[in-house]
Amino acid sequence: MDYFIKLLLSGTAKGSIYALIALGYTMVYGIVQLINFAHGEVYMIGGFTALIIGGFLFVLGLPVPLVLLLSIVASVVFSAAFGFTIERLAYKPLRNKPRLSALISAIGISMVLQNFILLAQTEKYLSFPSYLPELAFLQPVREYINSTQFIILVTTAVIMVILTVIIKFTRIGKAMRATAQDKQMAQLVGVDINRVISLTFIMGSSLAAIGGVLICSYMGQINYYIGFVAGIKAFVAAVLGGIGSIPGAVLGSFILGWTESLGTGYISSDYEDAYAFVILILILSVKPDGILGKNQKQKV
Amino acid sequence: MKRSMLVPAVLALSAALIAVGCQKKTVETIKIGVAGAHSGDLASYGLPSVNAAKLVAEAVNAKGGIGGRMVELLIEDDQCKPELATNTAAKLVSGNVVAVIGHICSGATKAALGIYKDSKIVTISPSATTPSLTQSGEYPNFLRTIAPDDAQAKLATMFIKDKLGLKTLAVLHDKGDYGKGFAELVKQYAEAEGMTVVLFEGVNPGAPDYSAVVNKIGNSGAQGVVWGGYHPEASKLVQQMKDKGMDLPFVSDDGVKDQTFIEVAGKYADGVYATGPMDTSSNPLAIKAVADHKAKFGDEPGAFFLNAYAATLAVVNAIEKAGSTDYEAVSKALRSEYVETPLGKISFDERGDVIGFGFSVFQVQGGKYVELK
Repeated sequence: MDYFIKLLLSGTAKGSIYALIALGYTMVYGIVQLINFAHGEVYMIGGFTALIIGGFLFVLGLPVPLVLLLSIVASVVFSAAFGFTIERLAYKPLRNKPRLSALISAIGISMVLQNFILLAQTEKYLSFPSYLPELAFLQPVREYINSTQFIILVTTAVIMVILTVIIKFTRIGKAMRATAQDKQMAQLVGVDINRVISLTFIMGSSLAAIGGVLICSYMGQINYYIGFVAGIKAFVAAVLGGIGSIPGAVLGSFILGWTESLGTGYISSDYEDAYAFVILILILSVKPDGILGKNQKQKV
Repeated sequence: MKRSMLVPAVLALSAALIAVGCQKKTVETIKIGVAGAHSGDLASYGLPSVNAAKLVAEAVNAKGGIGGRMVELLIEDDQCKPELATNTAAKLVSGNVVAVIGHICSGATKAALGIYKDSKIVTISPSATTPSLTQSGEYPNFLRTIAPDDAQAKLATMFIKDKLGLKTLAVLHDKGDYGKGFAELVKQYAEAEGMTVVLFEGVNPGAPDYSAVVNKIGNSGAQGVVWGGYHPEASKLVQQMKDKGMDLPFVSDDGVKDQTFIEVAGKYADGVYATGPMDTSSNPLAIKAVADHKAKFGDEPGAFFLNAYAATLAVVNAIEKAGSTDYEAVSKALRSEYVETPLGKISFDERGDVIGFGFSVFQVQGGKYVELK
């Protein structure tokens, strides 16, 4: 039983890591129906920005909580700028073209960014210092869950609630939903869809940046390639939960985390990826739009 | 009138070309290929051997080359990827190399070897340690200046049994040729020595989180962990183990015996054991090679630098002794002649494994690897 709880908690921690990235995927997809493959790279760039700015501030001798705050702010700003630019350069010109074109463009951007960091920064693995506080009340149960995992979990929950509130109850959220339903009609009733889509990318990229800082703190290392691996898993999680749905992305991520963790614990970690994809196939064969996805009728 | 002017001009031009061609032929260089990971995340294993080969070639050329022929290096990147390694090999073969220093990773080396074998090119790897590369007898053109994994696994197992006195082991690997090979051998030797392997699993390289498998180690009752693979995963594993308050001995291979591991894992690295090539820092040739590296490139050489240095010296020596670049003669000279290198006085056995150099166990103590005697 004790072992089961440990596995469940490590699955939860793993799920919240996937969820942090999956939220950004699902948001962008929900509004513009584009799988933004460069999302993983924005997450990686967020991590690198925090590493550089954080290291610089730390040398200046600022207190650790301030370093953490400022480096998160810096990486959010930087990644948001990347997200905005990527959308303007690579996706906007293709908005009215077949969807496949934008998808290919996304894969291209992902490769460009990876290689940009590889050349501009380093090919090596770098140590990522943990600026996150050690929570004293978790010390007795650290066998089950540690501070960083706990912080990631709480952050994921908070972000999910904030996003849901923004989309459901604010003016800009209403504009987002309108854009998602019908771009042309939204434009006709006066929604500036360029602004809405840019804002979506900025929000998605900011989430990726927060994810980058937290997850890199957890892993203790960073490398130009981390975005790819994490991005693929988060993408699976988003599809599993119903891509386009905010609670769906979180639910999908947890299901993925639990499956991998319990599969590893009771069967073998050799087939970790296989469990993830078996679950994906099972769920999609019953619910093709994912667990919480809306059933979309295709017009012929 | 115009045409009659053109003909002598063309003749003169082609005569000049032939002259250039002939002149080139009399000082034809001896081409040696250097292949391995020179970019990508494993570049820190591959770039030092490029520097080593450059230093040796420079020294040889400064002395007038081999029998009057200059040594020229052809450097090709394979990023440690088997699918790129075959391209790399094909490029080197078409560049008419006599020998290849490389490749770096076992998987890439294996992919490239068939091509070199068909073209009769001697290949000396400074770092590919998968046993079957030499022991299968499939690649008579392959030699290496590093002991194979089975030597490493044997040493690691005996160390765990005699020095650490453990009875139960968890053996993990990264599912790659190199890591899994090491892990399987440790399991085999450990069971032969009467230890119990309570957990034997592969994990996904590059995954952000290993807490499930760390829980599994805790649940298995293992007294120690053996890791077959490279340093990025090793540092995540030791960190997540220690975060959970598990302080088990962690024994790994020379994929982890790299300064990068200590830099990345930081305080978590302390106490980790890893097998790696013997410490040669007191060898005068090694001291000189390192000093030359510092003078030319401005920093300390990285992993497998001395192995690559020795490999290049061995090739140069064999061509010199054989008096030709003929495959059979060079191949024979490599196996019969001893040569002074930074690794010590080495030669190669029939299978292509190095004689005169091997492995030791190291431990991270206070931020660096210390050889345990």
